[in-house]
Amino acid sequence: MRRRVLPGFGLSLGFAVTYLGLIVLLPLAALAWKASDVGFAGILKLLASPRTLAALKLSFGGALLAAGINVVVGLMVTWALVRYRFPGRRILDALIDLPFALPTAVAGIALTAIYAPNGWFGRWLVPLGIQVAYTPLGVLLAMVFVGFPFVVRTLQPVLQSLEQDVEDAAESLGATGLQTFLRVVLPTLVPTLLTGFALALARAVGEYGSVIFIAGNIPLRSEIAPLLIVQRLDEFDYATAAALGVVMLAFSLVLLVLVSALQRWTRRWAEQSA
Amino acid sequence: MTAGRPGRPASVARRLGRASIIVASILFLCLFLVVPLASVFVEAFRQGAHAFVESIDQPEAMAAIRLTLLVAAITVPLNVVFGIAAAWAMTRFQFRGKALLGALIDLPLSVSPVVTGLLYVLMFGAQGWFGPWLAAHGIKIIFAVPGLVLATIFITLPFVARELIPLMQSQGSEEEEVARVLGASGLQTFFRVTLPNIRWALLYGVLLCNARAMGEFGAVSVVSGHIRGLTTTMPLEVEMRYNEYNYVGAFAIASLLALLALLTLAVKSALEWRYQAAENH
Repeated sequence: MRRRVLPGFGLSLGFAVTYLGLIVLLPLAALAWKASDVGFAGILKLLASPRTLAALKLSFGGALLAAGINVVVGLMVTWALVRYRFPGRRILDALIDLPFALPTAVAGIALTAIYAPNGWFGRWLVPLGIQVAYTPLGVLLAMVFVGFPFVVRTLQPVLQSLEQDVEDAAESLGATGLQTFLRVVLPTLVPTLLTGFALALARAVGEYGSVIFIAGNIPLRSEIAPLLIVQRLDEFDYATAAALGVVMLAFSLVLLVLVSALQRWTRRWAEQSA
Repeated sequence: MTAGRPGRPASVARRLGRASIIVASILFLCLFLVVPLASVFVEAFRQGAHAFVESIDQPEAMAAIRLTLLVAAITVPLNVVFGIAAAWAMTRFQFRGKALLGALIDLPLSVSPVVTGLLYVLMFGAQGWFGPWLAAHGIKIIFAVPGLVLATIFITLPFVARELIPLMQSQGSEEEEVARVLGASGLQTFFRVTLPNIRWALLYGVLLCNARAMGEFGAVSVVSGHIRGLTTTMPLEVEMRYNEYNYVGAFAIASLLALLALLTLAVKSALEWRYQAAENH
């Protein structure tokens, strides 16, 4: 009977639940209260303006695309970090977490300074017709930046623990490196890549600080949904802000459930192959 | 891949593939991570060290730095206590609803910072749940320091707990049970057995929690009201200066935050290397 030996069950659980209740659940209840005031039909009506729809489309579409880019690039970078040895590897490995550690407002103004028409990269890209700052492309770039560590850090431990015997076997049977990768390695990484995708997506959809500076926030073109929430709150239009908040929160919750299901799948997969 | 392993000579195609993956990865990380980081410092010193110092040695900047430290000084200890309590309950006892508790701890990670701010405005704002009551009693939460603290606590709530739970799960409770059986009190068991076992993970969690608490932007931006000298933390001061076209001033404050990020990364990597070295022994 473990419960009898170690003390503090009531105290620790009581404190944790009360704290979560006050900090997380109560504010969520306030949103639910506001949303039920407006009603489901009311929420849809509040969201039906072209400007709001454009912002939601940019936020969700941009985040999906950014998460996809992160999966491809993240897989390549993780592969290089785990499987190869090269000078500077440990420094680069430590730098992967930079988008986690760097405050979003700092990342936002830094990216804008680089990609603005007179910036380090902007002055070369703009004459080529590639305008990044103050366009949807800038939004996408910032979203890739903030989501990048999620894919690498999810994938890294799995790739490290992957047994290379199977790959050796495939190759001794005559498979090329590419065939081995596509048919043997990639299928085992699918659940992990999906988890990384979902985490990067969740982060990018809600991202605010690093996006708003480079976005330029042009209505119907480069305005993201979180910015609209801020604008509605500035106008004391709590109902529309709450309606947008409910949509974004619902999406986050669906992703959260999806991620935990994916992680259970990954664990089962690992246990089966062990 | 197998190219570096003994026994089989690497083919030319394989070595080419390997080299291109390494070069592409280094190039991507440099252009995508190193250049933005470097640009913060370059822009901050664009008009020389004198302008840099001058833009930090100002009352609003100092007030922003003090407020940022204050918010972190309240937030981090509270979330440490919560993290330890939650990890203790979740890893040392069996109870119904444990999975739900775990999911709730993770929840703030997937909520948009702006939505977090919105939640608190709906609760404490002028037209919010408790708004009329607070106004009648002369208490200000939104557009004041308490709002900044609450929003920051929400955002950083998972960081300590998430480091401790998997570690305490894998360590198990045998050592603590032995201490109890040998006559140690609950507190003695915690301070002499549990705490030494989790100290590195705890430090790691504190580090991440602190970095986020000092750097949080979206959530505090919604509840701050941007009152200079009173409710602007460092990231908000960066935003205000940037919007006033005071670029050197904005990047000067930003460079301090970037230094904090670099320091966090350095300590984090040192802890990880230490941890890995300990594991390999």
